[in-house]
Amino acid sequence: MSNFTASYNLFFWIMAAVCGFVAAGIAFFLILFAARYHRRRESELPPQIQGNAIAESLWIGIPFVLFMGMFAYGAKLYFDMRLPPADAMEIYVVGKQWMWKTQHPEGEREINELHIPVGRRVKLTMTSEDVIHSFFIPDFRVKQDVLPNRYTTLWFQATKPGKYHLFCAEYCGAKHSGMIGWIYAMEPHEYQAWLEQGAAEGGMASTGEKLFHQFQCANCHHFDGRGPCPDLQGLYGSTVQIGGGTSVSGPTTVVADESYIREKILNPRAKVVQGWKEGYMPSFQGQIDEEQILDLIAYIRALSPAPGGAIASGSGGALQGAAPQPTIIGPEATSIHNTAPYRP
Amino acid sequence: MADNSSDVLPGREARAHLDHFATAEQQRNTAMAGMWIFLVTEIMMFGGLFMAYAVYRLGHPQAFASASRDMNIVLGAVNTAILITSSFTMALAAQAAEEGLLRPAKWLLAATILIGIVFLGIKFVEYYQHYRDHKAPGFGFQTNLPDPGGIQMFYIFYFAMTGLHAVHMIVGIGLLAALLIMTELGRFSREYHSPVVITGLYWGFVDIVWVFLFAIFYLPGLHLHG
Amino acid sequence: MIAAPEITERNYLTGKEGVLSWLLTTDHKRIGLLYVASITAFFFIGGLFALLMRLELLTPPSDLVSPETYNKLFSMHGIIMVWFFLIPSIPATLGNFVVPMMIGARDLAFPKLNLASWYLFNLGGIVTLYAILRGGVDTGWTFYTPLSTTYSTTYVIAAAAGIFISGFSSILTGLNFIATIHGMRCPGLTWFRLPLFIWGMYASSLIFVIATPVLAITLLMVAVERIFQVGIFDPALGGDPLLFQHMFWFYSHPAVYIMVLPAMAVVSELVSTFSRRPVFGYKAVAFSSLGIALVGFLVWGHHMFVSGQSIYSALAFSLLSYLVAIPSAIKVFNWTATFYKGSISWDTPMLYAIGFIGLFTIGGITGLFLAALGLDVHVTDTYFVVAHFHYIMVGGAVMAYLGGIHYWWPKISGRMYPEGLAKLAALTVFLGFNLTFFPQFILGYLGMPRRYAAYPPEFQVLHVLSTAGASILGVGYVLPLCYLIWAWRYAPKAPPNPWRATGLEWKTPSPPSVHNFDETPVVNYGAYDYEALKGELGLG
Repeated sequence: MSNFTASYNLFFWIMAAVCGFVAAGIAFFLILFAARYHRRRESELPPQIQGNAIAESLWIGIPFVLFMGMFAYGAKLYFDMRLPPADAMEIYVVGKQWMWKTQHPEGEREINELHIPVGRRVKLTMTSEDVIHSFFIPDFRVKQDVLPNRYTTLWFQATKPGKYHLFCAEYCGAKHSGMIGWIYAMEPHEYQAWLEQGAAEGGMASTGEKLFHQFQCANCHHFDGRGPCPDLQGLYGSTVQIGGGTSVSGPTTVVADESYIREKILNPRAKVVQGWKEGYMPSFQGQIDEEQILDLIAYIRALSPAPGGAIASGSGGALQGAAPQPTIIGPEATSIHNTAPYRP
Repeated sequence: MADNSSDVLPGREARAHLDHFATAEQQRNTAMAGMWIFLVTEIMMFGGLFMAYAVYRLGHPQAFASASRDMNIVLGAVNTAILITSSFTMALAAQAAEEGLLRPAKWLLAATILIGIVFLGIKFVEYYQHYRDHKAPGFGFQTNLPDPGGIQMFYIFYFAMTGLHAVHMIVGIGLLAALLIMTELGRFSREYHSPVVITGLYWGFVDIVWVFLFAIFYLPGLHLHG
Repeated sequence: MIAAPEITERNYLTGKEGVLSWLLTTDHKRIGLLYVASITAFFFIGGLFALLMRLELLTPPSDLVSPETYNKLFSMHGIIMVWFFLIPSIPATLGNFVVPMMIGARDLAFPKLNLASWYLFNLGGIVTLYAILRGGVDTGWTFYTPLSTTYSTTYVIAAAAGIFISGFSSILTGLNFIATIHGMRCPGLTWFRLPLFIWGMYASSLIFVIATPVLAITLLMVAVERIFQVGIFDPALGGDPLLFQHMFWFYSHPAVYIMVLPAMAVVSELVSTFSRRPVFGYKAVAFSSLGIALVGFLVWGHHMFVSGQSIYSALAFSLLSYLVAIPSAIKVFNWTATFYKGSISWDTPMLYAIGFIGLFTIGGITGLFLAALGLDVHVTDTYFVVAHFHYIMVGGAVMAYLGGIHYWWPKISGRMYPEGLAKLAALTVFLGFNLTFFPQFILGYLGMPRRYAAYPPEFQVLHVLSTAGASILGVGYVLPLCYLIWAWRYAPKAPPNPWRATGLEWKTPSPPSVHNFDETPVVNYGAYDYEALKGELGLG
């Protein structure tokens, strides 16, 4: 069970009761009238009632009010579900035909499984390597489509330890019904123990650092501010100016979040920061996979000063809380808070 | 079934109206309504493409502008001018048919067809040039401009939309040819000429679509220097 | 059994003989029957796929058919049922047959175009069947990208082409109806004297004409992308998969109103005739049809609440979805009120109408759940949605279709149908339907996702119930096929107006002559004006 389950169920069953009452009412009156006013003789002509303004106004007005209530309540629940809190622990998910790969910042990788602590807010940042999938945990009442070339997010807080179904909920080809697994919600100390007996290769940030050197990023992205490419320290979460020059609409600003960094790695000629030469950075499309990108992002985040940059981990250890995470919308947007400056 | 008195043209009975209509006027009005409704469906069809174009242009403004700069604005402008002229000849043809003047109608229809063919010829030349310049997506597309994805998207829409438009032109030319034959055979008169008017509506629509296509493909890059 | 007398007068059935006179007919009544033949064939093909799916789902593992085959089954079931049964069904059969007669006309505005529509429909069907026979398509009827453009190895282009072609059939039918209803009403038949069936058909035709072209262009772009690998919707090539979803649903949501508005139109006729009363609140019902058609164009994003679209878009779509529910609610309440102090007959068409009202209400109410953003997150992409739309499409539209077929059967065939057997079939359909689909609401709430060939064992009991229901439902559909074919030759002859209904179509003989009316009728009374007509109907 998650923090959403109880309020979801309450809303669902209240609606079921109200709507069930109305449906039962309709059925009742249909059957009652059909029986009571059953035609007695073939040439019977009943009173020719045309309508009744009061009755019609009532059954337009009352449903309208009820519907607006349903809308408002549904919207509130949805916004709660869709806007992850700032202090959520981060998990990364890569979906592909036909498995889920989850990554903890501390380095543990799982396939079709995810271990999380109870009582801690968890935020999943997800992408797909191929087609659209959907990450669905029925017991937690959460679901979010996972798209290629984009990050989407989902958050929850498990409230009870247990083993919960994980399903792919967007048809994705042959083994769609096999793309299932389990969420293991554990007591915090058990989760800690589980973390400790895992991943010898180090956390995502340290893997990212190795990749940063392996792919020669360090050759141009110097940290002394004098390289041919921007110094990446402090980049994550900051607002950057892009465009100008040949842009139809003039320079704009974007927040350098996960999506922006991913885009720069794969398509560096887009959204070049003002003042830097365009066309200098090569594209790594085809050379680097989604999980490696996430590791690099973790590393680049670690280069930003606390409390903004580093990833919050479930272990509550050396890493501090994270910046507000923008959600992802639209074909090219990187954030709904498009021009809001980063604030610690 | 109402019997309509009508002038008899030399050698040919003018028809009253089809069996299932009550009057000739009902038939005329219904036929016109039919064409207008059909044009609504065409607006929705092209509209889908215009909307998708808008989405990608908003996402890649620089790329769309640069790609547009490489279009041949001279050929585009010539095409626009001659197509508008063909709408003019079409309108005159319809008016001539309305007045029962079949010889002028015939020549005006022929002129419209000719202009249409010239239009398609120019488009073919442009397409071939694009192909030679490696600007045809799916046929060796290549570009050195920044944001190659955006550039390709521009060309995808260029070929898709002007291609769809060209298909409509070909159908239109076919319809005009049929009208030409019918005019030659004396089928039209002051009483019966709706097919010419209705086809004129279609042709006018195809022309208007082209004007919008010209605007979105040839004009975006004009303000860019160099 | 006493052989029923032959129908000897010349009518539209006996007028011209020979296969060619049918295949080249421009008579809207014959074309309506040609469509009945086509869509019945497609209904049973689509139904066969459903039966195979339900058999597979009896057990948790994918053991009857492979997952790949199952994926093709649900895709083709959806494609055939949506585009080759539901969308044409009532408009192309009952609409074609009844609309001209109901407005006192001799045919539709463009009879040859009507015939062309039927041929286009069959051509589209043949191309789609070709795709099926060559190996099928496995993208789901929704063709989401990049699965359909890049990853699927099945006959996507052929299937898309078949649908594309049949789309033109729809567009031309809609065009025909609009032009006909505007231009060919007989003298005195003003808009507010039109039967509600015409209002419903008119509203549906608006959707046909405005929405279908967008589907055409969307499928065309998918085909172009697949053939040339150019990346309109595929993110790997620079495209946006969400754009596909927006374009697809921009058509496909109004499409569901194409499927339900004609059904509601039939129900209005059934409710009034078998209560012997005008539909309560005629104008409200008429405007509701238009309201549903128009607002129905503004809600497509409710299929995309978890797709990654902006949460503010989602907000707008949710609000509009609640607004579009209001005219549907108005209709349900008004139909129910029509029963009050009416003279209710329990003939089979009325049983189907009552079934429609009940089941459509449940389907519609579950739509309210789906429109609630927070609730949708959990139940979207699960069997809850499957149950919701089957309640409306099958519990609603198919029942209305059957009701309409039975209602106008005397007019179409000149004969009655066996009432006892028909009632039994209606009951079988109702019970079978509920047993099939009600458990699916529960399955969805419990988390069973859609389009799964295999599932966790805890869901099995509900699936078994559902499959049991499906077999009963199948029997319920086969019964009318059999007894109506029998009735065509052997049932007793029908009088011109067996139900003592008010529509103009009942003033023609059963079956009607080729031209419907010898003299154009003149109307000076409202659609359901039993008072004005009671003399000639022998009422009161």
